[in-house]
Amino acid sequence: MNLKDILNGEENDLLFLLGNEAAVRGAIEAGVRVAATYPGTPSSEIGDVLHRLAQDAGIYFEFSINEKVALEVAAAAAASGLRSFTFMKHVGLNVASDSFMSAVYTGVRGGMVILTADDPSMFSSQNEQDNRHYARLANLPMLEPSNPQEVKDFMLDAFQISEAFQIPVLVRTTTRVSHMRGIVKLGPIEQKPDKGFFKKDPERFVPVPATARIMHRKLVDKIENINRTMDNSPLIVEYPQNGKLGIITSGSAYNYCRDVVEENQLPVNILKIGFSYPFPEKRVLEFLQDLDTVLVAEEVDPIMEKEVLAIIGKHGLSVEVKGKLEGSMPMIYEYTPDIVAESIFHVLGIKPEKVEIQESDKPLPNRPPTLCPGCPHRAAYYAVGQAAKNLGLKDVIHPTDIGCYTLGVEAPYQSADYLLSMGSSIGTSCGFSKATSQPVVSFIGDSTFFHAGIPPLVNAVHNKNRFVLVILDNRTTAMTGGQPHPGLPVDGLGNEAPEISIPALVQAAGVEFMQTINPLNIKKSTKIFQDALEHPGVAVVISKHPCVLLKNRDRGTARLVVEPQKCDDCGECLSTLACPALYQGEGQVEIDPQLCQKCNVCVQICPQGAIKGKRIDNNQEGKK
Amino acid sequence: MSAYSIYISGVGGQGIIKTSVVIGEAAMKTGQEVVMSEIHGMAQRGGGVSTELKIGHAHSSIIADGTADLLIAFEPLEALRALPKTGKNTQVIMNTSKILPFNIQASEHPYPPLKDMLEEMNSKSREVKALDAVKVATKAGHILSMNMVMLGATLTVPDFPLDKEALMESMKANLPERTVPINTRAFEEGFETF
Repeated sequence: MNLKDILNGEENDLLFLLGNEAAVRGAIEAGVRVAATYPGTPSSEIGDVLHRLAQDAGIYFEFSINEKVALEVAAAAAASGLRSFTFMKHVGLNVASDSFMSAVYTGVRGGMVILTADDPSMFSSQNEQDNRHYARLANLPMLEPSNPQEVKDFMLDAFQISEAFQIPVLVRTTTRVSHMRGIVKLGPIEQKPDKGFFKKDPERFVPVPATARIMHRKLVDKIENINRTMDNSPLIVEYPQNGKLGIITSGSAYNYCRDVVEENQLPVNILKIGFSYPFPEKRVLEFLQDLDTVLVAEEVDPIMEKEVLAIIGKHGLSVEVKGKLEGSMPMIYEYTPDIVAESIFHVLGIKPEKVEIQESDKPLPNRPPTLCPGCPHRAAYYAVGQAAKNLGLKDVIHPTDIGCYTLGVEAPYQSADYLLSMGSSIGTSCGFSKATSQPVVSFIGDSTFFHAGIPPLVNAVHNKNRFVLVILDNRTTAMTGGQPHPGLPVDGLGNEAPEISIPALVQAAGVEFMQTINPLNIKKSTKIFQDALEHPGVAVVISKHPCVLLKNRDRGTARLVVEPQKCDDCGECLSTLACPALYQGEGQVEIDPQLCQKCNVCVQICPQGAIKGKRIDNNQEGKK
Repeated sequence: MSAYSIYISGVGGQGIIKTSVVIGEAAMKTGQEVVMSEIHGMAQRGGGVSTELKIGHAHSSIIADGTADLLIAFEPLEALRALPKTGKNTQVIMNTSKILPFNIQASEHPYPPLKDMLEEMNSKSREVKALDAVKVATKAGHILSMNMVMLGATLTVPDFPLDKEALMESMKANLPERTVPINTRAFEEGFETF
């Protein structure tokens, strides 16, 4: 499929789309005019696709500096009457939450959809928080699609609800929905105005205590109103089987339940909750009428289960509730077809045909992700380690941050000791430098520095902290797939944009020691890290070198080889650098030419000087 | 009838997601239902990658343990790691070209000998078709066409629900035009291996 088909595809065309791609088509069909995000897996591909298509689709799209700003951009657009879309990973909504809470109070004029991509089982996150709680915390409607077609369709429903009730709508996906691919039937593209107009109305858009009190009242009324009108919502679907057991479910869990019931022809009714907040009390009550038992299947927290228990209590029903609280379903992590099948059979009291689960008889070596061959972070970690060693420093604390460089937690780098959230490396360095006498060297990426690193850096200087901050500037937001950020000369639409200078920001924060290094020069870098460690205040070292995954990099024409007569098998390169391109060959260390990026770091650190660049025929290398 | 389920496993950078999309789109274009699951994120950083496909009627794209109809293993160690998804009735296409985990030096467990891995896969599957797809791809013109070698080999699996024409069409629609001749050759070579 050509990515452009997501924009150019016509009504009734079928495309094989990722959930995230379907979200983009939904936004296009809904006539979204402003979209903003900060990249975060599992929502990243929404931004990647918009980055490619927004200009042609007539959408203003930006990679905002962080999720809070993204939400604010979208909120202002919606207050001006345009349809707007902001999307983020689950923890991104924490960052955005301050303005998010207020945007629900003020409400919107044009439709506004906030998509939160949750990550049950933490494939690429620091926690598995269940953002369905946010619908309750802020009191706004929430939709939960189960597959790519629904992701697209629910986007349109979400905009309709948002505009009808003048309130933002939260759409919750999970990794399995965002990264599920399926057949999506396209719909027509709605034509919406291109330019908004902000009609002033301070009583509505300026929440100070006097107005906020009124806003809260109106918000509660809105939700009650929505609750009354949603009884017939097509987003809540019943699949009856005339059984005495019913399942109430949403999201991916619904897919598993449906498959188990269909494949085994079980007499189990299913109620699929696609519109999950306000919780559809009337529909649930109807569903429960003829049941003896209800199983609630949801990821991650027992939210619907508690809602169901409350409805049963309120109406004095005698229906037994099975789920997480009662112990039929596991309390944490994502579900699988096997977990769901086991629970359903357990509740039905049926012994299913046992499928033999095999596994290897051998203990298998694991295959953790690691810093790429040639990654500049590896060189920076090595040089920091050398600098601390040369100065005889012990117990150096390495607060770290969110990005590829968090992989520095693995041996042999061990350069990640403490992590809370985006930007936490600098704030926690402030704390460590006051609470202990240990040296502190913290690491933050370029995009993360922009996202949440600037206020804590100002804080550090103002409060006379002492630590070394290494800004790992690899010229991209690498971990999420290489999106641009404010430090680069390109914006979300792919147009030229002013580059915001990290050194200028650091200097403006009052940092007295600031050096920029090329981390691949180990000797020079080590010396500068030593100077930084001796500086009696906040020292910033900007370690600047592009990510090896960026395209169009010059890889040079030489090839690195180990000279057998010089290598004495000391293992220094394997054990302290641990570059994936280096491996123990038959007898001695060898370099995999497919993996080697010729960063030359191993050449510099080999105690025997046994690694050399060897010229190779240009034509041979160029042939691909 | 339940859906035909395919589990594809290997290492980041081997073209597994692209191969899966080629299969999925071919299924869609031939009027079949299809769902697929892919794991993104750390995929480019040397970690394991897997996708799951169901062709036919299914709501979830995740394959229940022990029930995959077909395993396409792009790397031998990852074939073994996929065993919980497969059973005695599973057909296996397996690339024998190894990719050592970067930390294998420090690993508590060594990388098993290829002979042992093949033996184990054979004893736990209906049929294993093993090939050195890297070698075949290199012969076809480029090492990166290895995924199309694997796809070509997959076509020789008896119950595989797609035909050559549909796969080739889908391949052309999903790969850069200039790489199509090499990839077509790779696909044919893979197909001819069995």
